[in-house]
Amino acid sequence: MKRQWKAFWYLLPALLFLLAFLVYPLVDVFVYSVEEGYNFASQTYFGVGGYNYSYVLHDPYFLQAVKNTCILVVVTVPLSTGLALLISLGLNSIKPLRNLFQTIYFLPYVTNTLAVGLVFMILFQKTEYTDGLINLLIQWFGGSSVDFIDGPYWAKMFVLCFYTVWVVMPFKILILTSALASVNPDYYKAARVDGTSRTRVFFCITLPMISPMVFYLVITGFIGAFKAYSDAVALFGADLNAAGMNTIVGYVYDMLYGDSGGFPSYASAAAVILFAIVLTITCINLLVSKKHIHY
Amino acid sequence: MKIVLENLTKKFPSRNKKEPKDVTAVDHFSFECPDGQLISLLGPSGCGKSTALNLICGLETPTEGHIYFGDSDVTSLTPELRGVGMVFQNYALYPHLTVKQNILFPLENRKGKDRLTREEMEKRAFQAAELVQIKELMDRKPRELSGGQQQRTAIARALVKTPSVLLLDEPLSNLDARLRLRTREEIKKIQRATGITTIFVTHDQEEAMSISDQILVMRDGRLIQAGKPQEVYDSPNCLFVAKFLGTPPINVFRGRIRDKTLYIGEDAIWKTDLKDQEVFAGIRPEGFLLDSDGPLCCRLNGVEVMGRDVSILSSHPACEAAFVRSIIDSENQMDVSRETVRFSLKPGKVFLFCKDTEERLPFSAERSSL
Repeated sequence: MKRQWKAFWYLLPALLFLLAFLVYPLVDVFVYSVEEGYNFASQTYFGVGGYNYSYVLHDPYFLQAVKNTCILVVVTVPLSTGLALLISLGLNSIKPLRNLFQTIYFLPYVTNTLAVGLVFMILFQKTEYTDGLINLLIQWFGGSSVDFIDGPYWAKMFVLCFYTVWVVMPFKILILTSALASVNPDYYKAARVDGTSRTRVFFCITLPMISPMVFYLVITGFIGAFKAYSDAVALFGADLNAAGMNTIVGYVYDMLYGDSGGFPSYASAAAVILFAIVLTITCINLLVSKKHIHY
Repeated sequence: MKIVLENLTKKFPSRNKKEPKDVTAVDHFSFECPDGQLISLLGPSGCGKSTALNLICGLETPTEGHIYFGDSDVTSLTPELRGVGMVFQNYALYPHLTVKQNILFPLENRKGKDRLTREEMEKRAFQAAELVQIKELMDRKPRELSGGQQQRTAIARALVKTPSVLLLDEPLSNLDARLRLRTREEIKKIQRATGITTIFVTHDQEEAMSISDQILVMRDGRLIQAGKPQEVYDSPNCLFVAKFLGTPPINVFRGRIRDKTLYIGEDAIWKTDLKDQEVFAGIRPEGFLLDSDGPLCCRLNGVEVMGRDVSILSSHPACEAAFVRSIIDSENQMDVSRETVRFSLKPGKVFLFCKDTEERLPFSAERSSL
């Protein structure tokens, strides 16, 4: 018993930090989210209840943000993981210039997302003076130009998804190429001796072997996409509500510091809702992955 | 099926940029392997025996030469068209599949008219599993098996396609000593039962000697000697083979022929018919006889009693190694307090090799009258 107390003393510094900077803020967000009419300046509130949640859930901006975030998650996570898998398979099967290609594919990871967002904006934006490079291409192939930055919703969503996939791919490619390289080549030799077709090798050997890494990427991908914010700002500017391209994290930020801000209770409620969504999705992911990862 | 290797050569491009010379892993390897035999490819690591196996399997294509299975040239065929079964050193069992799924895997690959019905596949898988005695483990995953069981699963997976040739790449090296003894007997038994021509790669001469019908000793990609294990042991054609085979290893002495007499150090051993030259004399541990009048005089270092026989450790100035190890019957009483020990030698257990080429020198010997 005495020994155990001693162990706690050793843990105390770390525990104190965790309590102060992790547990306390987490709990505090929950507390804020149920305090009705909280005033930031006077630190007072009227009562405790579910009004903040009700307000947030009925706020059209929040609903728009949830919709945007969900589309972003559903489109970009499978797309970026799939594309990354294809590219890694390609990288793994070429010998000459592999390192060069690996470096090129990894470059987006080390570049500044805001700067790249600016470049994307210039590529896609339509102004009074120019239609932008993408529209020139569309017109060249006989289509009519679209304003991707200030135009219809689907066009803006397309740019946001495109940009997100572009930003998250390098990391996934890096992880998947190393996962592919770590598969013991004897498995492939054994498969060759048995005359296994290429598709069967991929689905029955390669994919199961790298499945832990694929699931890791899917789980972190989901979490990352749900927390998307800076990508949208990089493309559409700080006033995301006006552009109709807000995300849940963007909504939380706006509620705190935006032009319509100063409502920490609403922000906290939105944050708690986001937390609940991410927690649910991650649990589902883990349950599914448990069924499919065998070792 | 008979396997014929004809001038088989494999060169790999050099990875060393400063020395862009090809590495020859297998060098003009020719051999005819009779139907239904168990053949061992034996050699130290890096001698090209695994590459030779991969060439026979079809995982590598030869730079030169031909491979025939029976009468058909299979040199340019892919592994699955050759009908070979292969067991890898680490077994290469798919970890996410059960034993049964692993064994079924080769059968499920087949397409078109070669494809069997589900029942037929299951039947074959069970037959293969029965042969290697893992029937009760069919629903386990490889990681839930012991090393020996994994190895049997790998053999079952190789046998399920009823291959014409079975290839085993160091199949016993991942097993512990006791299991190795048992498994090599089982491999022999399975090979006998199926009658499949089997090629077995190993660096362990004891393994090769104990179960093979023939052993092929390789060095630097070349075939040095082939033959029945006992023949190769009793009649090595060079110093390398003599040193490589046998535990405890052969004792090598520096010797010379002078005036038609073989000398080991200063000890005159025999009259011989060879001309005067420097030689290596290899003496098998069982080639020594305790003899108080024997010509070979060694300083006694110790005696190890091992039940059936006695191992005498002694030293001789002309010996290449620090100790001369000789094995004699335990019936011989040894006086361990003596400083020196004298041996006479059994002519059949003594080999002479040319000092420069290390090739065997045949000789006839008669006990020196000196």
